Amino acid sequence: MSLRSPLATVLGRGTGRNAVQHWWVQRMTALALLPLTVWLLAGLVRLPLTDFATVTAWISLGWNPVLMSLLVLVLCWHSSLGIQVILEDYVHSSAARTLLLVLSRFMHVLLAATGIYAVLHIALRS
Amino acid sequence: MSARPLSPHLSVYRFMYTMALSILHRITGLLLSIGLLVLIYWLMSASLGELSYGGAVTFLSAPLFRVLLLGWLLAFAYHLCNGIRHLLWDVGIGFEKHQARASAWLVIIAALLITAIAGYLLLGPATVNP
Repeated sequence: MSLRSPLATVLGRGTGRNAVQHWWVQRMTALALLPLTVWLLAGLVRLPLTDFATVTAWISLGWNPVLMSLLVLVLCWHSSLGIQVILEDYVHSSAARTLLLVLSRFMHVLLAATGIYAVLHIALRS
Repeated sequence: MSARPLSPHLSVYRFMYTMALSILHRITGLLLSIGLLVLIYWLMSASLGELSYGGAVTFLSAPLFRVLLLGWLLAFAYHLCNGIRHLLWDVGIGFEKHQARASAWLVIIAALLITAIAGYLLLGPATVNP
């Protein structure tokens, strides 16, 4: 029988609960981004990007606002998960890591909200 | 906290180009996260009206920014192609050494092709302001 407490055995090894979910959501957002980003690139190369009227008309067209909002949301989600792993791997000071993780999460939520607001504003105005 | 086992033990392996692709996936991902700011800026400027969009176009089509955009395009093309490679690995396809090495070259060639074609269409001579 070991006199080592169960707590000492698991300390510093993570919760053993979030890792699989992180891995899975990373893959699901990656999968969703395949068609979404290819759709955006295919749209961008065909647009006269300097022309305001044509660009906003394209963003407002049919399903495009839905796809664009989804793209912004999933892109921010995927990016947030990726940056999280990078911070966890390379920032060794616990305080700095926690601060950066929180900042990164806030920043990504702000970006997603801004992007989706912009798309809806364009689509609903015209 | 006790000393705990860490992996991977990078320094014990002989360098293979497949390792460069692995770290490049992370580097391009980081670059694309910064590029995300440009995408949101572009959308926001379009939502604020013609004047604001014109300002964004002037800013984004400056020579320095064209180079940056080409870099982001290359990072995107690479992350996309290598991402497909990773997703196929996740479902157990292409794990043999010779397959992983062949797919590495495929990723590099595909990424360069996508960058060349999309880069020409997006940033080529036809798009330069008179």
